[in-house]
Amino acid sequence: MPHLLEHGTSAPDFTLHVTPDQKLSLIELRGRPVILAFYPADWSPVCGDQMALYNEILPEFQKHKAELLGISVDGVWCHEEFAKARRLHFPLLSDFEPKGGVAKSYGAYRESDGVCERALFVIDAKGIVFWSYCSPVSINPGADGILQALEDLSKS
Amino acid sequence: MATLKLPVTPEDHIQGDEHSPAILVEYGDYECPHCGRAYRIIQRVQKHFGKRLGFVFRNFPLKEMHPNAEAAAEAAEFAAAQARFWEMHDGIFEHQETLSLPLLLELAETVGLSVNDLEGALTCGEYAPRVKSDFIGGARSGVNGTPTFFINGHRHDGPFEFEDLVAAIDARLLQ
Repeated sequence: MPHLLEHGTSAPDFTLHVTPDQKLSLIELRGRPVILAFYPADWSPVCGDQMALYNEILPEFQKHKAELLGISVDGVWCHEEFAKARRLHFPLLSDFEPKGGVAKSYGAYRESDGVCERALFVIDAKGIVFWSYCSPVSINPGADGILQALEDLSKS
Repeated sequence: MATLKLPVTPEDHIQGDEHSPAILVEYGDYECPHCGRAYRIIQRVQKHFGKRLGFVFRNFPLKEMHPNAEAAAEAAEFAAAQARFWEMHDGIFEHQETLSLPLLLELAETVGLSVNDLEGALTCGEYAPRVKSDFIGGARSGVNGTPTFFINGHRHDGPFEFEDLVAAIDARLLQ
């Protein structure tokens, strides 16, 4: 298992493509919690793959005013089609060039396969990692850990 | 390891005894083809274990993906309020490939429920809160797609063929 950035670490800022002609920086989201969901690849074949599942649970995340960002090494055009097909209502970021650069800075890159780990981070309003979790790559971690972290964060 | 956050209670839809040594909880979506396949498998699993197994179905409609899933879940809850849950649940899965509002109304009629009342309940979302509370409970328990199974409170990861479920239930029975 990789060494993810842990609770209390400052979350490295990044700027990644969110659409072919738009970029998003983590720092723009300062002031509210951010959920980073690194995942290996678009187009996983099951009903309710991880991103589609989070799409359904989005209103629960939004109750905590949290912003959800999906991140993989897939290119912007691939993300665009995937998001359209799954009707996703949150941004997918493309950690494409340099490949996996952001994932590496979070300790969430899977060198052996050249993809992101299935790694989750909840970052607080000040940009500090509040919670992180790495799931075995074949297991969709669900959202229970994120929901618990958001709840704990709102109490802290 | 994800665990069931909401224990099984009499409020649940259960086949078999709430106090059976093994309890299989499914979070399912009536429009999900994998749940449709699981429906047949669970029938075999129930036959295999007999009284040693209780089976609970909870709603986890993936609304963005499956446009009829929410209405189907609400229709089954409507039926539940009149003690016809399993007739509706089975009816929907038996006819999953034609799932639509007209099918739900037709099924209501078949199981002896008022079509008008069902239409009214769906229009005003009478059973939406119940479906939503199942959904949120599932999300908090680590439901990670449909179907997601919990055996005696522990999420079952991996395939859910007859042999897989039987082996996983046997393992819990031995504990």
